[in-house]
Formats: sequence, structure tokens, C-alpha cells
Amino acid sequence: MSSALELKLGTRWKKPPFITDAKLRWALLIGSVIYLILAFASLEINWARVYEGLERGWRFIMAFSQPDFTSRANDIREGMIESVIMTVTSTIVGIAISIPVALGAARNIAPMPIYLVCRFVISISRALNEIIVAILFVAIFGFGPLAGFLTLSFATIGFLAKLLAEDIEDMNKSQAEAIRATGASWMQWINYGVQPQVMPRLIGLSIYRLDINFRESAVLGLVGAGGIGATLNTAFDRYEFGTVAAILIIIIVVVMALEYISGLIRARIK
Amino acid sequence: MLKLEKLTKVYKTGDKALSDVDLEVPQGQVIALIGPSGAGKSTLIRCINRLVDPTSGRVILKGVDLTGLGARRLRRERRRMGMIFQEYALVERLTVMENVLSGRLGYVGFLRSFFRKFPQSDIDEAFRLLDRVGLLHMADKRADELSGGQRQRVGICRALIQDPALLLVDEPTASLDPKTSREIMRLIVEMCRERDLAAIINIHDVNLAKMFVQRVVGLESGRIIFDGAPEELVPEVLTQIYGEEDWEATIETVDEDDDEEADA
Repeated sequence: MSSALELKLGTRWKKPPFITDAKLRWALLIGSVIYLILAFASLEINWARVYEGLERGWRFIMAFSQPDFTSRANDIREGMIESVIMTVTSTIVGIAISIPVALGAARNIAPMPIYLVCRFVISISRALNEIIVAILFVAIFGFGPLAGFLTLSFATIGFLAKLLAEDIEDMNKSQAEAIRATGASWMQWINYGVQPQVMPRLIGLSIYRLDINFRESAVLGLVGAGGIGATLNTAFDRYEFGTVAAILIIIIVVVMALEYISGLIRARIK
Repeated sequence: MLKLEKLTKVYKTGDKALSDVDLEVPQGQVIALIGPSGAGKSTLIRCINRLVDPTSGRVILKGVDLTGLGARRLRRERRRMGMIFQEYALVERLTVMENVLSGRLGYVGFLRSFFRKFPQSDIDEAFRLLDRVGLLHMADKRADELSGGQRQRVGICRALIQDPALLLVDEPTASLDPKTSREIMRLIVEMCRERDLAAIINIHDVNLAKMFVQRVVGLESGRIIFDGAPEELVPEVLTQIYGEEDWEATIETVDEDDDEEADA
């Protein structure tokens, strides 16, 4: 038995702490507790206002017990069609632009200058919230679904290109190397060595994005970018809570259906 | 046919993987490249087809110096060097046939390859090769449905359909069981004989190497320290390559192995 082992035998063993410096550990813990207490103390809640609001909130919730699908049926149908068109077109255009951007943003494929440009495009797209982009596009192109379509296409690029680029960076190098060793050109290399590896992820992400774009299209209407959101906004303005409830129910059902279908499809591709 | 002159590779990290390697491989000769992990075996064969760019020295294949070639010329030359990989490196989501035909990518244009419209002669050759390795019935299966030995056979077809002059083989049996390992080695050596191909086979199983090749090259810390016939691999030499170990047992098993019957 070695002397190092003899010293260890019989002593207790504890998992080493995540933050080794004891002073720093306690300072962080006490600091965050004090901050939380102060933060909660700073909240100003006007209970009288809440009491008044409760009744309005209740009326809104009660409207769901009798949603009104009929009196604005035409507006709802048009809004839905507009939203669906907006969703599908923006997803397709977004994917088409995302693929080259993703190739450029994958460090193991693209040379440095291209990589930086593509990463910049992605970070711009991700930094700007859809609502802000939509407000900008509404200001430029006017009210209507064109602004919504552009907004969603733009947002799709940031989302899809980033995640696809990460998948490309994680690909199996030897499969790609084997294709390069055959004397394949760059395009052939992408088509045979890279594309098959990332295809399931690309399909999965695209369907997921379709889902997100539909949900977003409902929100973008609130700032004038067309679609079912615009119909929803109008109904709110008119205090037609029955119609509001009807629209929300439709959105929820469509989103759930999309999610179910996308789950099915993603499970089937491996 | 293949000549390496003072081939040196220094990685960006400063690791010297190869130093002044000189090696000549005549037409049709199969060489086993042995050595411990990290000796530079993998780097050496990748420097030949320039999957790794050598730092200095020359690689001359049938009179063409590969080290100075531009991208287009390099691709043309790569067609003449088939490569077989450790862990097979098949594109798993492509079919067996697509994997084999991918060996023709250097010969066909992008659109043809994109639509999988390969010339009939290529398709016939792919079928012929698959039949030769006993996998014709698997042509339309996806590569990831195959067993290890089957995958490596497809890997061999992919390398051979390139119509190469030289095979670069990187640890072909690393993840295979002993019986399959022998079958794969036997297949590679047979194919080389049939087609008068030269081959450099990286392998760390010394016994297996001795069973199948005429010439063994030992690499240690990026230098060639042994070059000779398999019989010359005495314990002293193995110690020089791999370090101190009891090599007698290893060498004795070889004699028994030689009696095993061929079944491929």
C-alpha cells in the first residue's frame, strides 16, 4: 500500500464546490438574495386598479364560452387565408436564402471573410425582434401582408441559417473527407458529403419554422402587417370579444395541428 | 510509380508529424505501414492525396508532382488515388449504390452527379464491383443498414471505381472483428493483385500485416525506421518501433494464423 493511499483512507470525501473561492461563493449568494428582496420591494402594485381590471378580464375570459364565429366570418376567413399565404411564402423564401447563408456561416466549410459576412447577417436578423422589423417594413411598404411576408422571411434567415450552420459544423468529418478524396468538386462535395448529413435537421427545422411563422403572423397583424392578426386587432378595437375568442381558438387549433403534424414528420425522418 | 521525397509535415500546433520521409512504391506493390498511434501514419497517407497539405518535400505520382498543384489539377490527380478509411467513412444516409458511384465524382459534371445520372458504363462497373464483393443485393439499401464488414466492402468498391493507380488505406480493420478483418485485408490484397495496383495500408495489427503484404514500413515519431520484408520484423525491430514489450508471443501466433483457410 502506498503512503499516499494510507493518508487518504478513512478521510471523508466531498464533491469539490463549483466556485472554489469560499469568499466569492458566499458574496454571490448573499448578494443575490439581497437583490431579490430589493427587487420585489420595488414592485408597485395598485390593488384597486387590479380589482377594476378583474371584471374586464373576466368578461374577456367568459367570451370564450360563447365564441362568435359567424358575425365576422368573412373577415376571419380572409385573415386566415392571408396569414397562411404569408406563412408559406415567407418560410419558403426564408429557407431558400438560409441555405447559402448557413453554408457560409459554417466555420468548417467557409473561408474567414465569407464566414464573418454570413455570421453578421445572422446576428442582425436575430438581434432585431419581429415586431420591430415589422414596424419598419410597414413604414416602408405600407399596411398589409407584404410587410408581414418580408418580416417573416427575414426572421427565418436568422433562425434557420444559425441552427443549420451549427449542424454543418457538427457533421461527421470523415464522411465528408471521403467524398473530397474522390476528386469531387466543391459543389459535388456539398451535395454528396454534407447535404445527406444535415438533411433531416434541415427538414425538421423548416417545419418547425413554418409553425413559428404562423404564430408570428398572428402577432404581426397587431402592428399592421396583415394576416389574421389584423382581423384580431380590429375585433379588439371594436370590443367584439366573441369574435376575438373565435379567432384565438382558431389560431390555437391550427398551431396545435401544425405541431402535431411536424412532430409526426420529424419522427419519421432519421 | 509513387515517390515521396523528404516529405515533412509540421502542424500549426508545432507538432512535427513527419520529418524527411523518403519512400518509393513500385507499381503493384502492397505496403503495410506500421507504427504506434501518433507516429504519423495517418498524416503520411493524407499528405499523398493532400487531404493534409505537407509542409515541405515532394509527392510524385507517375511523374507528376502533387505538392504544387492548383485545386483543379489536384482534383484530377486525386481520381488516381483511391482511399479506404478507418470506420469506413461511407455517407450513411446515401444508398450503397450512391456511395459506390461517389467514387466517380471526379469524372462527371455537377449536374449529372446532382441528378444521379451517371454514365451507363459507371453504373455497370458499380454493379460489377458490388457483385465481386458479394453485395449486389444490397445496392439500394442505405449505407447505415449494413454491418461493419459490409460497409468496408462498399468502401473498397468506392475506391476501386475511381480506376486508381494507387490505393491509400487507413486502418481498414480498426473496428472489425478478427475474422472480418482478415477477409477485408484479403479482399484488398486480392483486388490489388487483380488490377496491378499499388497500395499503402496503415495498420496497427502487426500479425495481420505480416500475413498479407510483401513489404513492411515502420514509422516512429514521423521517421521511417524500418523498411523490409515481413520476416525481418524480429522482436528487436518491434521494440524499436513500439517500445519495450514481450514480442515473442505476438510473433508465434503469426505462424499458426498462416494455416487458416481462405474463404472469401
